[in-house]
Amino acid sequence: MGVEGIGARVARKEDKRFLMGQGRYTDDMSVPGMRYAAFVRSPHAHAKIRSLDTSAAEEMPGVIAVLNGKQMLDDGIGNLICGWMIHSKDGSPMKMGAWRPIAHETVRYVGDAVAVVVADTMGEARDAAEAVVVDYDVLPAVTDAVKALEAGQPQLHPEAPGNLIYDWQIGDGDATDAAIAAAAHVTEMKIINNRLAPNPMEPRAALGIYDSAEDHYTCYTTSQNPHVARLVMSAFYNVAPENKLRVIAPDVGGGFGSKIYIYPEEIVCLWASKRSGVPVKWTCDRTEAFLTDAHGRDHVSTVKMAFDANNRITALKVDTIANFGAYMSLFSSAVPTYLYATLLSGQYAIPAIHANVRAVYTNTVAVDAYRGAGRPEATYLLERTMETAARELGVSPAELRRANFIRTFPYQTPVIMNYDAGDYEASLEAAMQAADWNGFPARKAEAASRGMKRGIGMSCYIEACGIAPSAAVGSLGAGVGLWESAEVRVNAVGTIEVLTGSHSHGQGHETTFAQLVADRFGVPIDSVSIVHGDTDKVQMGMGTYGSRSGAVGMSAIVKALDKVEAKAKKIAAHLMEADESDIVIENGALKVAGTDKTVPWFQMALAAYTAHNLPSGMEPGLKEGAFYDPANFTFPAGCYIAEVEVDPETGKTKIVQFVAADDFGNIINPMIVEGQVHGGIAQGIGQALLEGVHYDPDTGQLLTASYMDYTMPRADDLPSFNVSHQVTPCPNNPLGIKGCGEAGAIGSPPALMNAITDAIGNNDLTMPATPQKVWAAARLAAN
Amino acid sequence: MYATNYHRASSITDAVKQQSSSDEAKYVSGGMTLIPTMKQRLAAPSDLVDLRHIAEMKGISVNGSRVRIGAGTTHAEVATSAELKAACPAICHLASHIGDPHVRHMGTIGGSIANNDPAADYPSAMLALGATIVTNAREIPTDDFFTGLFETALEEGEIIVAVTFDAPARAAYSKFPNPASRYAMAGVFVAKRADGGVRVAVTGAGSNGVFRHAGLEDALAANWSADAAAGVDVDASDLLSDIHGSAEYRANLVKVMAKRAVAAA
Repeated sequence: MGVEGIGARVARKEDKRFLMGQGRYTDDMSVPGMRYAAFVRSPHAHAKIRSLDTSAAEEMPGVIAVLNGKQMLDDGIGNLICGWMIHSKDGSPMKMGAWRPIAHETVRYVGDAVAVVVADTMGEARDAAEAVVVDYDVLPAVTDAVKALEAGQPQLHPEAPGNLIYDWQIGDGDATDAAIAAAAHVTEMKIINNRLAPNPMEPRAALGIYDSAEDHYTCYTTSQNPHVARLVMSAFYNVAPENKLRVIAPDVGGGFGSKIYIYPEEIVCLWASKRSGVPVKWTCDRTEAFLTDAHGRDHVSTVKMAFDANNRITALKVDTIANFGAYMSLFSSAVPTYLYATLLSGQYAIPAIHANVRAVYTNTVAVDAYRGAGRPEATYLLERTMETAARELGVSPAELRRANFIRTFPYQTPVIMNYDAGDYEASLEAAMQAADWNGFPARKAEAASRGMKRGIGMSCYIEACGIAPSAAVGSLGAGVGLWESAEVRVNAVGTIEVLTGSHSHGQGHETTFAQLVADRFGVPIDSVSIVHGDTDKVQMGMGTYGSRSGAVGMSAIVKALDKVEAKAKKIAAHLMEADESDIVIENGALKVAGTDKTVPWFQMALAAYTAHNLPSGMEPGLKEGAFYDPANFTFPAGCYIAEVEVDPETGKTKIVQFVAADDFGNIINPMIVEGQVHGGIAQGIGQALLEGVHYDPDTGQLLTASYMDYTMPRADDLPSFNVSHQVTPCPNNPLGIKGCGEAGAIGSPPALMNAITDAIGNNDLTMPATPQKVWAAARLAAN
Repeated sequence: MYATNYHRASSITDAVKQQSSSDEAKYVSGGMTLIPTMKQRLAAPSDLVDLRHIAEMKGISVNGSRVRIGAGTTHAEVATSAELKAACPAICHLASHIGDPHVRHMGTIGGSIANNDPAADYPSAMLALGATIVTNAREIPTDDFFTGLFETALEEGEIIVAVTFDAPARAAYSKFPNPASRYAMAGVFVAKRADGGVRVAVTGAGSNGVFRHAGLEDALAANWSADAAAGVDVDASDLLSDIHGSAEYRANLVKVMAKRAVAAA
């Protein structure tokens, strides 16, 4: 592997600029004549707009323009879209209500934009925004998805009667019901997956620049997928045709899914730039982020898991209600369907599965993919149910899981997915060893002597990364393909630029991707640059989400590297008058195997560009591109074990041990992979113990709109993590890699909740397991 | 943040003069509450009069058992004062757990007391220690000082110069932090005077701000022990209830924190 190649723990190249405060984020961008936007937002969760009076705001100091939704409509700016069509079980298409970038008739959540002010300074824009007078006819609101389905509740969109977007199913309902009826034991649970606010460190921002001379737009934006942003803004929002629109996502400070979507604000900045004749920048503040960034999760489910007399699972039946918020965000429809219900087989051989999912409008901000996207919901449901079943059946949690593991591959589940490779037993064994599972009773007794309640819990997760192939997702309703592109440019002096359609917003692509090249050609990693995030530089790409940049993005790079290597060998063979098949690449040189003939890499590159002495008919230059469309998803899996101590007097939970044993297939940079796992677990701990979005159920006001009330994980909330890797290479991509970006957030919540409920002896506990809730549940168990 | 005018006061007299020159002027010390509130555009003082550079409001002194802490003393200075640690380690411990290091190096005891946030730590210490709040106009016993949520006996323009109290025979503060804000969800300061008198003050839990708990005081005066505290019935009816903790949960926390404070004292 060498010190910089595949498998090496190379320190991240990008960290120098990040750690020294020299990153260049959207808000750092400044162009001549630039002005600032501030949005006027609805203070009501549901209201008709009777009138909008901008006259006072227009007279405020520094104000250039005050623009509204009617003007936007008149200018032909389209509705925001959801890019994945789901059909209900009755065959009808999902019922999507109109989402205007700026509302002009009805507002449907607290934070819905009703006007935008452009002014000389951000302060002046905000001052003027407060001077816009909106007369609202306030309507009743509903924030809870279960309640929103009931009769007589407020109706959000005329297109969706009863607030029901779709009523979808997957699997064999009859076979599942029959198996449940015939079961020796059925475990039933109600499972709530709490709503989360994504909280990337960098809030969203956008800079729209309209160049009237060229009739051309440039958009700097905090995006995980700038090409998709350009496509959608061009094709659906009618901002500008693609050739007149450049989208740049420079350094982006975290996304976790929330920066996949194309939001109203970036469209508005582009449109407002043309309307007002100045470049327009908007930067979100933290409370605005809580109000308007797409939230994650928010499922209410019931589950029945049936067992035969040998503790083998015979069926799984799930009914889920998913809160979509007030509007359908870009990928929202796919999250509780094809990213959730298709994973309900978990690591287990389950003959019959049926899931029903209802998607529901409520007067809350949109809900969409958030780190894990559907897979944490599936894993939490399954693994809480498995743990509960083990308790009910009186068998150990490991024994019950072992009895049901899938052990032969490929394995076709009853819910679409075809698992290609895995060894679930290996991760379970590794995790139990690392956690000293067998020593737990002694540790529990010792804790009890200190008045502490100690518990242990596990979670065996599987997830699906690198969502694919394009033809398959297209047949399931996806509006885009899910391939990736790469271009490898070897410069005349031998340095190399890799252009990728993936986008790095914390993942370390500039290092990991460069390692691939260093490994292939034996060149120093410093001679390799990764170029991403600019539609003028990279032709097309699908961006980064769903842990796809490794399995899909790097596979595209490998394909392009194959082509570069082939041409380089042809050139070298010609220079050394050798046969192309005898050329090997070692330590930055092309050699004729078994001889001392050698051409340094840079000399071969120079030869490609001088073109003085190339093989007959060969085009000059050395630049190759590739598109890669995977044959299947990849299936990372693993076993997580959490051990906790609960203080029964206060309900405070301390995580005393956390073990993660993951199978991500082959690993390019173990240090970066561990970092991804650490971050994912931190977010999983956040979901399980700390984080939860609260809306006032009557008024729809967001009660957790700042860090005073929304509990983000802090360093002292987290234990040290014991991370290990088991490797079954993915057979479906050239690197044998599976993806690691989301596993931590997927696998950890059920392990933690299983541990806490084990500690307190009460299984009736919802996330986040705050001290108050744990105290109350422990008290009930004690009485 | 709305536009505001900044004034650096050089003395208490100068500060009063600056503050009185505008109807909408406010004093600022560490600014740990006021500045974030202004950033959220929830407060819009026309003028800010900065009290952080007034020498007569600085410093800690201990004369015999009498402790004096200048109002402009930061939490970090209180937390690390050797003199104070010898006289009343409980208040050093309390100060060391306020906010985070940034807050502790900016926030001041005078600012905290004047703001009287119902979840702030210092008010409980002042009340339990029976401190005297020394202002530029008078001396106010703490029993008369904290009058409600963010309300104090301070008159318009009045400035806290220092706090004074007699070092207790035993004292401790135990806090259960709100998981999100890390302010006290229930903080209990217990203090036993040399003459045996006991005062117990509770912050973070009361629906009307910091308060003394008669039941805990009586029980601990009779029997200074953790068990005595644990035996007290804490009434939930006047306690705060919010998404982080019901009144019933806070009542439990008051008892548990009282118990732990006594054990630590």
